[in-house]
Amino acid sequence: MKVSMFTIRENTALTKNVYRMVLEGDVSEITRPGTFVNIRLSGLYLRRPISVNDTDETTLTIIYKVVGKGTGQMAAMTAGEELEVMTGLGNGYDTAVSGDHPLLLGGGVGVPPLYKLAKELIAQGKKVSVVLGFNTADEVFCEEEFKAIGCDTVVATADGSYGVKGFVTDALPEEYTYFYTCGPEPMLKAVYKTTTTSGQFSFEERMGCGFGACMGCSCHTVTGYKRICKDGPVLVKEEILWNA
Amino acid sequence: MERLKVDLCGIEMDNPVIPASGTFGYGYEFAELYDINVLGTFSFKGTTKEPRFGNPTPRIAECTSGMINAVGLQNPGVEKVIGTELPKLKKCFHKPVMANVSGFAIDDYAYTCALLDKEEQVGWLEVNVSCPNVHGGGMSFGTNPEAAAAVTRAVKAVTTKPVIVKLSPNVTDIVSIAKACEEAGADGISLINTLLGMRIDLKTRKPVIANTMGGFSGPAIFPVAVRMVYQVAHAVNIPVVGMGGVSTAEDVLEMMMAGAKAVEVGAQNLVDPFVCKNIIENLPAVMDKYGIKTLKELAL
Repeated sequence: MKVSMFTIRENTALTKNVYRMVLEGDVSEITRPGTFVNIRLSGLYLRRPISVNDTDETTLTIIYKVVGKGTGQMAAMTAGEELEVMTGLGNGYDTAVSGDHPLLLGGGVGVPPLYKLAKELIAQGKKVSVVLGFNTADEVFCEEEFKAIGCDTVVATADGSYGVKGFVTDALPEEYTYFYTCGPEPMLKAVYKTTTTSGQFSFEERMGCGFGACMGCSCHTVTGYKRICKDGPVLVKEEILWNA
Repeated sequence: MERLKVDLCGIEMDNPVIPASGTFGYGYEFAELYDINVLGTFSFKGTTKEPRFGNPTPRIAECTSGMINAVGLQNPGVEKVIGTELPKLKKCFHKPVMANVSGFAIDDYAYTCALLDKEEQVGWLEVNVSCPNVHGGGMSFGTNPEAAAAVTRAVKAVTTKPVIVKLSPNVTDIVSIAKACEEAGADGISLINTLLGMRIDLKTRKPVIANTMGGFSGPAIFPVAVRMVYQVAHAVNIPVVGMGGVSTAEDVLEMMMAGAKAVEVGAQNLVDPFVCKNIIENLPAVMDKYGIKTLKELAL
């Protein structure tokens, strides 16, 4: 965990309310895929937790959806402006257990963290299948990026306006050795029921601090309570207890 | 540095800065970021007799210059705190620590305090009679002078360590409660706990917090805290620890001018984990600016 200043290099709209921001700064604390950063914004009290989409030696890429004041403020920022970012938060995905043909299932703004994961799995010589779910054709983003790094990529839209009609669970490949998923909770529950192997789920919760101090984001699991921000956001299938 | 030293209930502290309970865990998350031995002390996560998961989520809501939390005293229970958390705390913090205790019955408080009393590293017991986030406990003791006094007496009977009673601002007359605690033997008073607050989500038309209401903290409550610290510090003859919205060295000095002997920093730790270290580093320069030679000279 580290707090440092980053400079915005790029901030572009991918759809009408989803943006990609490239930030230059100290990325040394960002190791595993599936971790997140927590961004301080002027005039807002709490930081905004956002998943890591990608990193290289000097830059951090995030993809975020404008849902309120904080993300609205971020969308209005331009290259050259600075942000104070807490990096290296959360446990992230464990790629060691994936087998040789992992499946990645992303829904909406849950898609971005799967990209860094896919890159690592491909680099490990694994065959990676990806299913991305969106509501409509005009919400689709990142499809080309997954294809470009060699993932077998399928898109599903709820209204059928692009790709397979239905949810990610309607477009599962027949065979896979393990899965990784991130998306809205109804999708995660459907994935939990539909998948036939073990897998890892990335969860979202309102957070106070983002680094395990405030107990604002605790959840029950089979192995006791866990803090989504520190012990998560990734939980393995076998430890999940869904809220009633 | 000699000029930052203060005395709290007979224990000398290197400086008056104390991360408040519930915003600093048991210290080790922050010890990853800086050497927490620079702190005066810290008040660890509120501890109860039995383990508690706390309230359902969402437990957090943002506000202008602050936040609402309804964590609900999540903690592993006093036995596990002593068995698991304190050994970890001891590795990263080498000064007397403030043990924060809460309960649902007077006997709970006494039980928990009696166990923590045996822990060498515990310097003070901060007895929370003011948690707004649990039903039938916490705050119900702190909103009534007789009940607050009864908790104080029960705790004093089982410990020789200084007992600091942490009070709720959600009362009509905080002075009468502080005086009742003093008469019951309290060695100090800390205040203020969070203000009961609420937010509603315009989209869902429902409360943001699953528990409906929660405790409001952050810089927005600082003026209320200064006022209550001033009222209590001028009415009792035991040390007062001031807290509520403190986020800068200037705020620490203002709290001390209101009558606080030491100052706790809460919510700000969550958004700026370095805040307490920065306050301690900034204090000498800010004291110079206002012609304050030593913090002890600010004492009432």
